[in-house]
Amino acid sequence: MNPSITARRSILLAGTIAGLFMAAPVFAQTPPAAAPAAAPAAAPALPPGSPLIGRPEGNADAAKLAPVAAPPLAAAADKLPTAALKLPPGFNIEVYSSGIPNARSLRIGDKGTVFVGTRFGNKVTAIVKKDGKTENKTIAEGLYRPNGLAYRNGTLYIAELSQVSKIENVEDNLDKVNKPTVIYSDLPKDEAHGWKFIAIGPDNKLYIPVGQPGNNVMPPPTHGQIRRINLDGTGMEVIARGVRNTVGFDWNPVNKQLYFSDNGRDWMSEDVPQDELNRVTKVGEHFGSPYCYQGNLPDPEFGWGHKCSEFTPPIALTGPHSAGLGLRFYTGSQFPAKYKNAIFLARHGSWNRTNKFGGDIIVYFLNKDGSVKSSEVFISGFLVDNKYIGRPVDVEFMKDGSMLLSDDWNGAVYRISYGKARTASR
Amino acid sequence: MSTPRFMRLAAAAVLLCAASQPLLAETIAERAAPCLACHGDKGVSETPDIPSLGGQPAPYLLIQLYLFREKQRTVDIMNEMTKSFTDDDLRNFSDFIAKLPAPPPSTDAGEPERMARGGALITAHRCNSCHGLDLAGRENIPRVANQREEYLARALREYKSNTRHGYDGVMAEATQPITEAQIADLAYYIARFR
Repeated sequence: MNPSITARRSILLAGTIAGLFMAAPVFAQTPPAAAPAAAPAAAPALPPGSPLIGRPEGNADAAKLAPVAAPPLAAAADKLPTAALKLPPGFNIEVYSSGIPNARSLRIGDKGTVFVGTRFGNKVTAIVKKDGKTENKTIAEGLYRPNGLAYRNGTLYIAELSQVSKIENVEDNLDKVNKPTVIYSDLPKDEAHGWKFIAIGPDNKLYIPVGQPGNNVMPPPTHGQIRRINLDGTGMEVIARGVRNTVGFDWNPVNKQLYFSDNGRDWMSEDVPQDELNRVTKVGEHFGSPYCYQGNLPDPEFGWGHKCSEFTPPIALTGPHSAGLGLRFYTGSQFPAKYKNAIFLARHGSWNRTNKFGGDIIVYFLNKDGSVKSSEVFISGFLVDNKYIGRPVDVEFMKDGSMLLSDDWNGAVYRISYGKARTASR
Repeated sequence: MSTPRFMRLAAAAVLLCAASQPLLAETIAERAAPCLACHGDKGVSETPDIPSLGGQPAPYLLIQLYLFREKQRTVDIMNEMTKSFTDDDLRNFSDFIAKLPAPPPSTDAGEPERMARGGALITAHRCNSCHGLDLAGRENIPRVANQREEYLARALREYKSNTRHGYDGVMAEATQPITEAQIADLAYYIARFR
């Protein structure tokens, strides 16, 4: 390759990187505020020379990095990490239920049943509370990556890798639940970013993401998007594009807009791109991937011929490789008033980074106009000596305003409450 | 693929002893004997289509045994063998098998051209980013170095076509751009890795 082009590319990119750290305050605050201990000793910089697509060859540090898969078996109840977790004063955490391998998406039924999806397993579990104790019941099995769950008016919706099904009147008799009926299967079968988070919006439509089928690839028109369908599976409409892999979204209770987490690409560098928190303000918006990440970083391979200004920028950057997954707005009244209508985001934590980042719950406080005002870490302690002792996936709020949190590393669901000190563990 | 031979072996293994039916006081070594009858008691499989298990990390073995028990990875004999395994059985078998010695480095240098092509593919597709520069794997990532060539090629094909569902989607993702000819070169190279 022409050396002058290479040099120009690297200068361009270096300029971009420098610019990143001078972005709006809300953008800049996340990494230092959230992980002072995890900051690498060296100044954040890309390797010299050409911008790298994929892992730099012959780099011993990069060679140490690989995706971290959760153990297939759930941890025993007495080995769960609740005592090691840190919460703000006044909050308590307890084990709600354990022994649910690879517990992922959470949904709560009208009668209080907690439904749990899984990515590596093939079952959907219902947690039932009886005489003060919880019991796990398998309500559907033989499914393929049933990660996504949604619930409305007695019906549970289950998203497998490439189809969505429903179980009506699911809570009527949890010992004898009907088999799921498929309502929508016009979905690709790609494994990469194929597992799904789903949710039902205020418009009573079911929202389904289709991830980009690979780390850094040009997605076909069927991928890299969020769709919505009617609850009977009809009327598909693409409502957002340029979405690399979202595994969590919810609607702002004030402005009814859809907010979603999106995970940026790997192997560009340790510190960029950061993952995104996005907001859909009009149908069909494009959020940048694979051309532009984090609103201001053109992809070294696919960014040519494009400007980041063509795309809708994120409303917050959620940290490098931090893997923000499930998110919910807090509409309960148990937590202190400052949390009202704030976003709780579960950051699963990085693998593509020497010093792991994330593995926590972070709260985003919003301005009246729906933009992000500030953020603070809500639960930390899942990351110890650069190793996970648990990994948060999804948050969901109970009727009493307390929070449930799933941990796919340990196969457990925790409950976080404020005030009444039910347990001493904190 | 030599299905008849595979089936005969499968039947033989079932007859030999059922690892899936623990008897009282039976040691893990005794229970694992039928496994090693096919997979090789020195960590090296002498049987086409059956992988060597030597040097596999315990977390990888645990995941595979779990997938077999749950029928998420379908190989009839393995699903049958593991169907009554408890969680502790899964842990004990993976810990036991993880102690088998790794297959020795290949004595066959291979055709230089094919080896060069295979090595270049390893770099291009970043296989060594997860499997390690020595292709020995770690944690949930299997050792592939010196695995049986036909098994490697089959595994790559199955991942590419999504007929072998991985625990996560990493291998499905990694194999998408790899052609059939490249799979052959990769398997050739990895089997002769040294």
